[in-house]
Amino acid sequence: MSKPVLLTMQDIHIEGQAGDDWLPIIKGIDLTLHKGEVLGLIGESGAGKSTLGLAAMGFVRDGCRISGGSINFDGIDLLETGETERRALRGKRIAYVAQSAAASFNPAHRLIDQYAEAPVVHEVMSREQAEKDAVDLYRRMQLPNPGEIGFRYPHQVSGGQLQRAMTAMAMSCRPDLIVFDEPTTALDVTTQIEVLAAIRDIVAQFDTAAIYITHDLAVVAQMADRIKVLLRGDEVEEADTRTMLSAPRHDYTKTLWAVRSLARPAQPPVSGTPVVSVRNITAGYGSALVLHDVSFDIHKRRTVAVVGESGSGKSTAARVITGLLPPRSGEVMFEGKALPADYRKRSRDQLRQAQMIYQMADTALNPKLRLRELIGRPAQMYLGLQGRKLTERIRDLLRLIELEPDEYIDRLPSELSGGQKQRIGIARALAAEPRFIICDEVTSALDQIVAEGILRLLGKLQEEFDLAYMFITHDLATVKAIADEVVVMQNGRVVEAGPKDAMFEPPHDPYTELLLSSVPEMDPDWLTGLLKARAEKGLGT
Amino acid sequence: MGALYILLGVAVAVALALASGWLFRTLLLAVTRGESRRVIASAPLTASFGMLVILLYILIAFLAPVLAPFAERQVVGGQYLPWGSPYWLGTDNLGRDMLTRLLYGARNTVGIAFATTALAFVVGSLLGLWAAMVGGWIDQVLGRLVDALMAIPALIFSLLLLTIFGTSVVNMVLVIATIDATRVFRLARAVAQGIVVMDYIEAAKLRGEGTFRLIWRETLPNALAPLVAEFGLRFCFVFLMISALSFLGLGIQPPLADWGSMVRDNATLINFGDITPLLPAGAIALLTVAVNFVVDWQLHRASGLKE
Repeated sequence: MSKPVLLTMQDIHIEGQAGDDWLPIIKGIDLTLHKGEVLGLIGESGAGKSTLGLAAMGFVRDGCRISGGSINFDGIDLLETGETERRALRGKRIAYVAQSAAASFNPAHRLIDQYAEAPVVHEVMSREQAEKDAVDLYRRMQLPNPGEIGFRYPHQVSGGQLQRAMTAMAMSCRPDLIVFDEPTTALDVTTQIEVLAAIRDIVAQFDTAAIYITHDLAVVAQMADRIKVLLRGDEVEEADTRTMLSAPRHDYTKTLWAVRSLARPAQPPVSGTPVVSVRNITAGYGSALVLHDVSFDIHKRRTVAVVGESGSGKSTAARVITGLLPPRSGEVMFEGKALPADYRKRSRDQLRQAQMIYQMADTALNPKLRLRELIGRPAQMYLGLQGRKLTERIRDLLRLIELEPDEYIDRLPSELSGGQKQRIGIARALAAEPRFIICDEVTSALDQIVAEGILRLLGKLQEEFDLAYMFITHDLATVKAIADEVVVMQNGRVVEAGPKDAMFEPPHDPYTELLLSSVPEMDPDWLTGLLKARAEKGLGT
Repeated sequence: MGALYILLGVAVAVALALASGWLFRTLLLAVTRGESRRVIASAPLTASFGMLVILLYILIAFLAPVLAPFAERQVVGGQYLPWGSPYWLGTDNLGRDMLTRLLYGARNTVGIAFATTALAFVVGSLLGLWAAMVGGWIDQVLGRLVDALMAIPALIFSLLLLTIFGTSVVNMVLVIATIDATRVFRLARAVAQGIVVMDYIEAAKLRGEGTFRLIWRETLPNALAPLVAEFGLRFCFVFLMISALSFLGLGIQPPLADWGSMVRDNATLINFGDITPLLPAGAIALLTVAVNFVVDWQLHRASGLKE
């Protein structure tokens, strides 16, 4: 690239404190960024992406230290220079956009006050100029009502708008470099598109260089000129986006690419009594109705994926089935018999038959109980197992989820990785020997490779134990990987339902169409093409 | 010059305390093994000093009759005798041996304080966890009742109750435990409210677990860290409360030896520059400090904080 170099990081070593020891987080990475260039950093969680991104600002989190290397930003050595000089750069010439805008905005101040803070502090503009400038940037970020939106408080603005407002804020001093740390990970696919398009536009308009951190390959393919792949603090490879996508060199990169290829073969249609049948459920909290006349069936050995944006009523439907939220009208049938609406009125056997696996394994497993009790308790309660028989059952379950019993049986959840915790969630559900399992976004908090392992495991167990799954997700790639049937929900209604293949073939309901087309693809021209197509159809972004 | 001596004295005391803590830890490490050894090895010097002090108090409480040179209620000589053989710490206002009374005081004051705090915690935390778990009208009734009890200043309320029910050790324990249980209830309920909304509680409910198990196995272990910290603090307050009541004449009744009333009975001596009445006060202070050292360490361990 002919443009001048903006940022060079050489042989960076960063260590984190663990007890009395310092463990390496980044093990000697070089990074070069030219003016106006977008570099994508990808890798699993724990790969050191965020740490490296922050280090580009000469910043490390508490409990970490830069133990070696040099960082040169436009002729300034960030490690040699003092904290005062570094602070003068931050916000002015280097800016940062965090993953969760909702958590990063101060809820007590209006957006525009927070926007104006950096330019005024760095004496780039006066307060009045900054406010005028904010409106201009809000317009460029395609926020609705750019003149007024800045005078709202963060909670009065949607997640996607907040993320765009945060990008505008990072732009306020027209920095030379912006570090984006997973800016769209917390957003729905349909919202993600808008944010991606806005970020890409504005970075190009101001010729700003950017480091774009994400674990989603398809996203990075749209955003970056170059991609750098990280694995446990080491660089795996770096190449132009197109080269990287078409010809990854390293095995690890190839596995990252291959994950998305998991697909479940079509199953023959089934008849007979469904395991679970949701009949005309209408339900809500207080006076607000969340579900309107929702019906679907789940058969033995089949997976029904329930898809929709957040707020579409997917999880509420699960709460109705489990009995946590008794519906206003309608009923839930289990193998042809109506279940009591309230879980407290269900028999122990009815409770046993329907189990649930949660999205966040961290909050779904009691952190103070050992695996022996976490997994053993359902077996003890429902099946009356005791003593040696119980231990044997726990060990079998651990083997089923591919964890070595001797090593793991007496561990606490905190001594497990994210994927292992989710496996324990699965084992706990299996311990009850159920017919039906609700999987609530079980893979959305996990990295792609780990998630793939979980999906494969669920598929294997379904075959082995004739399970019926209800799989709640917003990720259509996951749907392709595991579902037999799909139920698409929007605003508490079922907009489309049917076999998976029919769902992915046109014609679609307009909302399904929007959802499907919003899933990023690995093609670097996908976003450009999509936006063009939508503009022609007049659908807008 | 005087200030310098005080500073020097404090420095020597701190050094001695840390040194004894270190010795005690080394000793413990020599006799333990496995998991408990690992835990003890992680104890800071302050905590091992705290453990040493608590152990000494417990020993004294149990061995008071053996250690004490005289009987608890025996009048052995003149009033307010100075320090010296055979009354190493002099005698009190009735001519009883001060050292003997101090040793027996450990048994009475510490034992009663511990029983009171334990009772307050069992009642307060179980009710608090229960209220948070079931919510609804039970929560409301318990919560408002506790509010009403807390609205009355603790000391005045306990004086009132003791006047109504009469002053006896059992009554005092029950009264202080009731009043302290309200504070524990508030804390336990507040902590548990953050826990009962977790997915694992929902999972346990859906499993069909009973309320007792939900409280005992699912909630309590996660609420333990703040409760343990509160226990250390509460223990000290109870201690001071008993001493205060005894000082006012409504607590532990003579002729039982009690540190609080010992301060009151001998307070006159202060006027003559004699520090004897400060000894029971010092015994109270030392124990509260020791308990909090240990609690701080346990809290640190439970929360998994790194410095």
